[in-house]
Amino acid sequence: MAKQTPERANLLQGTLDMLILRTLLYGPAHGHQIGKHIQRTTNDFLQMQHGSLYPALHRLERRGWVTSKWETAPDRNREFKYYRLTDKGRKQLVVEESQWKQMADAVARVMWPAAEES
Amino acid sequence: MKWWQFWKRDADVERELQSDLQLEEEEQREHGIAPEEARYAALRAFGNPSVIREQTHAVWSWDRLETLLRDLRISIRTLARQPGFSAMAMLVIAVGMGATISLFTVVWSVLLKPLPFDHPEQLVRLYESGDKFKNNVVAPGIYGAWKRESRSFSDLALYKEWPQYNLSEGGALPEQVQAMICSWDLFATLGVQPSIGRSFTAEDDQPSANGTVILSWSLWKRRFGGDASVIGRKINLDAKPYTVIGVMPRWFSFREQKVQIFLPVYHEKTPEEMAQIGNHGFVVIGRLKPGVTREQASQEVSAIVRRIHDAHLDLPFMSSGAGMWPLIDYLVGQIKPALYMLLAATGCMLLIACLNVANLLTARSAARSREIAIRKALGGGRFRLIREQLIETFVLFSVGGAAGLALAYAALRWFVITRSDMVRAESVGIDAVVVATVAGLVLICALFAGLIPVLAIRSGNLVAALQESSRSSTSGGSRTGVRKVLVGAEVAFTVVLLVSAGLLLKSYMRLRGNDLGCATNNILTMHFTLPQVQYSKPAQRVAFFDDLLARVRALPGVDAAGLVRAVPGEGYFGDGAVTIAEHPPMPQGQRLLAIVRWADPGYFAAIKIPFLSGRTFGSDQRFDGANEVIISAEFAQQYFPNEDPIGKHLINLERRSYEVVGVVGDTRYELAEDLEPTMYFPIAAGTESNAALVVRAARGPESFALPIQKIIQQMDRELAVSDVLTMNQIINQSSLDANFEAKLLAIFAGISLLLAAVGLFGVLAYLAAQRRTEIGIRLALGAQREHVLRLMLLDGLAPALGGAAAGSLLAIAAAQLIRSSLYATKALDPAVFAAVIGLLFLVATTACLLPAWRASRLQPATVLRSE
Repeated sequence: MAKQTPERANLLQGTLDMLILRTLLYGPAHGHQIGKHIQRTTNDFLQMQHGSLYPALHRLERRGWVTSKWETAPDRNREFKYYRLTDKGRKQLVVEESQWKQMADAVARVMWPAAEES
Repeated sequence: MKWWQFWKRDADVERELQSDLQLEEEEQREHGIAPEEARYAALRAFGNPSVIREQTHAVWSWDRLETLLRDLRISIRTLARQPGFSAMAMLVIAVGMGATISLFTVVWSVLLKPLPFDHPEQLVRLYESGDKFKNNVVAPGIYGAWKRESRSFSDLALYKEWPQYNLSEGGALPEQVQAMICSWDLFATLGVQPSIGRSFTAEDDQPSANGTVILSWSLWKRRFGGDASVIGRKINLDAKPYTVIGVMPRWFSFREQKVQIFLPVYHEKTPEEMAQIGNHGFVVIGRLKPGVTREQASQEVSAIVRRIHDAHLDLPFMSSGAGMWPLIDYLVGQIKPALYMLLAATGCMLLIACLNVANLLTARSAARSREIAIRKALGGGRFRLIREQLIETFVLFSVGGAAGLALAYAALRWFVITRSDMVRAESVGIDAVVVATVAGLVLICALFAGLIPVLAIRSGNLVAALQESSRSSTSGGSRTGVRKVLVGAEVAFTVVLLVSAGLLLKSYMRLRGNDLGCATNNILTMHFTLPQVQYSKPAQRVAFFDDLLARVRALPGVDAAGLVRAVPGEGYFGDGAVTIAEHPPMPQGQRLLAIVRWADPGYFAAIKIPFLSGRTFGSDQRFDGANEVIISAEFAQQYFPNEDPIGKHLINLERRSYEVVGVVGDTRYELAEDLEPTMYFPIAAGTESNAALVVRAARGPESFALPIQKIIQQMDRELAVSDVLTMNQIINQSSLDANFEAKLLAIFAGISLLLAAVGLFGVLAYLAAQRRTEIGIRLALGAQREHVLRLMLLDGLAPALGGAAAGSLLAIAAAQLIRSSLYATKALDPAVFAAVIGLLFLVATTACLLPAWRASRLQPATVLRSE
């Protein structure tokens, strides 16, 4: 009975994908690092839910935007599953970014019309 | 890891989560939290690992397939729990599917699959058309003109299948083989090459060439042991030497499967014969040039024929136009309606089978209504329930379909052996298209049969269902209604099948009842052809005929013997044109047309064709002295109305005069054909080298086949006979199609009737079970048992009545469709309709009687106590 994911994560899902892809632009990272990075960068504004992070990572892998590989972490001497951005993923990031911009612009125009006119 | 390695996926997710969780824990510890606290803190930050695992797992979407697998497991278990029901349903489906698949395979292989030639869509068969014959075979001279003048064809070839040759080589037994004489480019036109050796060349195809022959695969295998060194060997055909130059591929058969050798036509026929423009006898095959339509080509060849016609207005047999069909239409056109009719019949039967299964499923879903109601009450989704039901039906139909495929395989083997005479019979086989169609059919039927009970579930009210199943004094209204409609539909389609089968059976009876016009019992016939080489002179042929007759007549047990070109029921063979000397001259180009038979004086007595007036040929009717003719009653009636034909004279095309000396009873050249005027000439004129020997024996005519063949062997070691058949066998062959169609359809109708009866029985038994309490109360209150019996019977017969009425209307429409297959039987034959409806009611009453009788015998006390 694992059908609930899409409904709940629908709105966030798009942005989460984008955030993950953007994070991976710095280089390969494992799930924990990605989550921590997003959390830190937004000053803990975005609390990373692992419940959506891992499904999202696997979804991205399934679509071919990231690939994964078990590699030893330089500081831990232990293997982690590292995710790496693919070329397809890079293109997707550009697409999502521009969509997000359009979306943000559109919302801004409705919310602060005066600012727009001046 | 690839996406399909789902069994590794779970372990991978587990490992990933564990390693990250551990990292989180380590980081917590590094922030100075106590080790045991760190673990919980990590888990808190992380969330529930099993939920994450589940959700990650779901990303890979295997859950849907897993649900499907689970449903599949459940349905198989459900089906296995009721082996009786499942076996019954699968059997019904297998029979329906098997028949439909078989017929579909035949229709697909024979009618629809493209011919195995190069660009078969470009191939056409050309015909001449005139006033009397609309689609006539082509005269060789006309072919020559087309070949020279037409621009529409890239290739144009002609052939003829008739001739038989006497094949002999060395010391081996001689045999009669069926030949196809064809222009050298026939194989090139079709785009076929011999599999061994070479094809004919233009040089082979002229009178002066050395004899060349191409063998069929089967003759090569049978007679020459499949030995490739046969190429270049000399064999004797009609005592003339021929060099074997090739062997056709195994799959190659062209309309006539019996053809065993191929010969170049211009080598076999004289230039004079090949120049004739009024003697139609060849099939012409053409390959249209790309971009040329059949209409354009038809206009061109028609114009050529028209021009030749206008230049020879004095010739009687000239056609005035020409046309063409696609080659495949010519090859399979004749059997098309019959095959489509049988396919429709099996489709009907499959529909009945589906209805029957739907009926069984509805009954079972009724029995499970309490379970379903409880599941619904507990929140089971309707979609889920429907899906389960459909998967179950699908499993049933898949197994049934697979069994049907196996049945069809067996049926097709039987079919191909029984009807090896059918065109393209060798191409009949189950291929990918058939299997794909079966899969589609299974899907459609499963949806159809599965959705009906589902609709019945839907219409049921949840609360009502729960109440209903707790107390069974009321009958489940909607579901019973559905079942009655289903049975009614079954009955309706059964009526259609029964009526069609009845009509065909009746027309078959009519056909068999046809009188050939001669004796049919205790008559043996066989054909032989005297080779041109040893029997080039009339005297040689007549000497052979006389000697043969004398020896056969001397055999003890032989009552009479005679010779004729062809016996009744064997076919049209040939015709001739005459004028009557005593009548005023006919308009230019017109003649009287009649079938020609060459016979000896004793033929008529041997096969018991009665003399209506006059006498048989005199003993002086030999060689050039032959000047007598015997005509049939139809000839006398058509061409000598209201006068005595005896003593009149017929003039043939060579302007020879023949005196009419006798009138004999009519015979039919084909069982199903109308009477045609026939004239008999004395075979002792010696012009003919083909003859059929007719022998009448007191009993057991078959037993004379060997002795007579021995006599012929003694007379000429190299001469072989063919078509050794009794008259009854000839009649069987002549009515084979009608017999086959009628019997198959009768079998389908019988199965359908059985299915409908089972359906009726099931519905009424179910009804009776549901109304047990009600009937118990009625009986307790003093209802008569007869009354209950009648009540129940009527309840069961009502859907049968409705179905029969609807079916009769459908049958009237169906009868119009099969009208062309009927012989001397009206499409709306009242006797057939009455018989079918009578039979149906008999069966329906029988099927309803047992449950109704059981209901009327109920013991009220027992019933009421059991509540």
